[in-house]
Amino acid sequence: MNVTIVDYKSGNISSVINSFKEVAENKVKIEVTSDISKIKSTDKVVLPGQGSFKSCMDALQSIKGLVDSLNEFVMNKKKPLLGICVGLQMFADVGYEESETKGLGWISGKVTKIDNQNGKYKLPHIGWNQINIVKGSKIFKDIKDKSHMYFVHSYEFVPTDKNSISATTDYSSKHVCAVEKENIFGTQFHPEKSDKTGLKIINNFINL
Amino acid sequence: MLKNRIIPCLDVKNGRVVKGINFVDLKDAGDPVEQAKIYSDGGADEICFLDITASNENRDTIYEVVEKTSKKCFVPLTVGGGVRSVDDINKLLNCGADKVSINTAAVENSKVVVDSSKKFGSQCIVVAIDAKKKGNKWEVFTHGGRNNSGIDALEYAKKMEDSGAGELLVTSMDRDGTQVGYDIELMSKISSKVNIPLIASGGVGNLDHLVEGIKSGKASAVLAASIFHYGKYSVKEAKQYLESKGIPVRT
Repeated sequence: MNVTIVDYKSGNISSVINSFKEVAENKVKIEVTSDISKIKSTDKVVLPGQGSFKSCMDALQSIKGLVDSLNEFVMNKKKPLLGICVGLQMFADVGYEESETKGLGWISGKVTKIDNQNGKYKLPHIGWNQINIVKGSKIFKDIKDKSHMYFVHSYEFVPTDKNSISATTDYSSKHVCAVEKENIFGTQFHPEKSDKTGLKIINNFINL
Repeated sequence: MLKNRIIPCLDVKNGRVVKGINFVDLKDAGDPVEQAKIYSDGGADEICFLDITASNENRDTIYEVVEKTSKKCFVPLTVGGGVRSVDDINKLLNCGADKVSINTAAVENSKVVVDSSKKFGSQCIVVAIDAKKKGNKWEVFTHGGRNNSGIDALEYAKKMEDSGAGELLVTSMDRDGTQVGYDIELMSKISSKVNIPLIASGGVGNLDHLVEGIKSGKASAVLAASIFHYGKYSVKEAKQYLESKGIPVRT
């Protein structure tokens, strides 16, 4: 089996690569590429994302055919994809970081700034927070409710389809921190930086 | 609920830990990977490497250290010391650092902070501020505390937030190495001035100092070196103590 981490030259993906390689050992091949032909033929895709919603969308679109290939992979072939951080946010129809930017539209909703309640909450939301698991997601197998995960973000995904929400976290308000819709998985937190619990989520995704 | 973080800091020189855990059963006390792993297994919320390599020809050793550590350590890794340019930041991130802290370069040219936060995102840009009290204000020092820039630390903190820093790592030069506790006034003044998280540093001698740093200093995270390195307290003990004082921690 091949798991492909999409390298679209946006942000730092070394930690994602390291964690997947650690978990996969030598049983699963971890590929890091932006080569569309490889993405088309792989079994699973990981879509990382750092920086702003706009910079990530711009970077995805700057690679010719990449968005189409991802659409094909997710919407037609229905193969598993995991979005991490801005990778998850891009599932939305639209994001409002920097400027209004169209997203991938896989899970209907928008990405807006976390309400800091007039400075009461510091942003970015950085550090370890507990997740409230609201539905049994396949990537949460053997993950306990209220587990700690590592977060770094100032924007949140607000899906219109509430059934897609698999976990929330409390910061300023209850916001969405994980989604699952059929073959589409996403975490706002960073499983690759969430110690052993995070690696377990990565393992669950690899073993889907 | 978001937890307050405990961050052990390791001083690295020429690729080797020079100020770190000093336990008798450690196989190689100079190995950064082994030290970072002990801390992350022990519950450290993040690991910080401070590169104190003096000579330029050995500067590249830190990249190898970061690369090796990030393959074995799955909590956030912050690397600072001698970071001069966007290119330095890029290299450290590519080696597996999750955040890079910028000190002197940010004072000399805030454009480094503006450009790097635009390019890599604010989440990985930490501005380290070394401050020393002068009369009734604090001034920013550079070059490892050797040079006084004369810049007001509070105004500078705000400027760094506006430039795109995701976090501030504030060290009191007056307290660093003294073990008498953080400069609480400095921490709380800066923390109240900015809307980004503050990491308090400099002066920790016991666990009550960590509590003060969070409760009175309004720090989101506390950084400490010697109290952990010499086995005075483990990270786990520190967390239990904080929790007993009503501070939320990851256990």
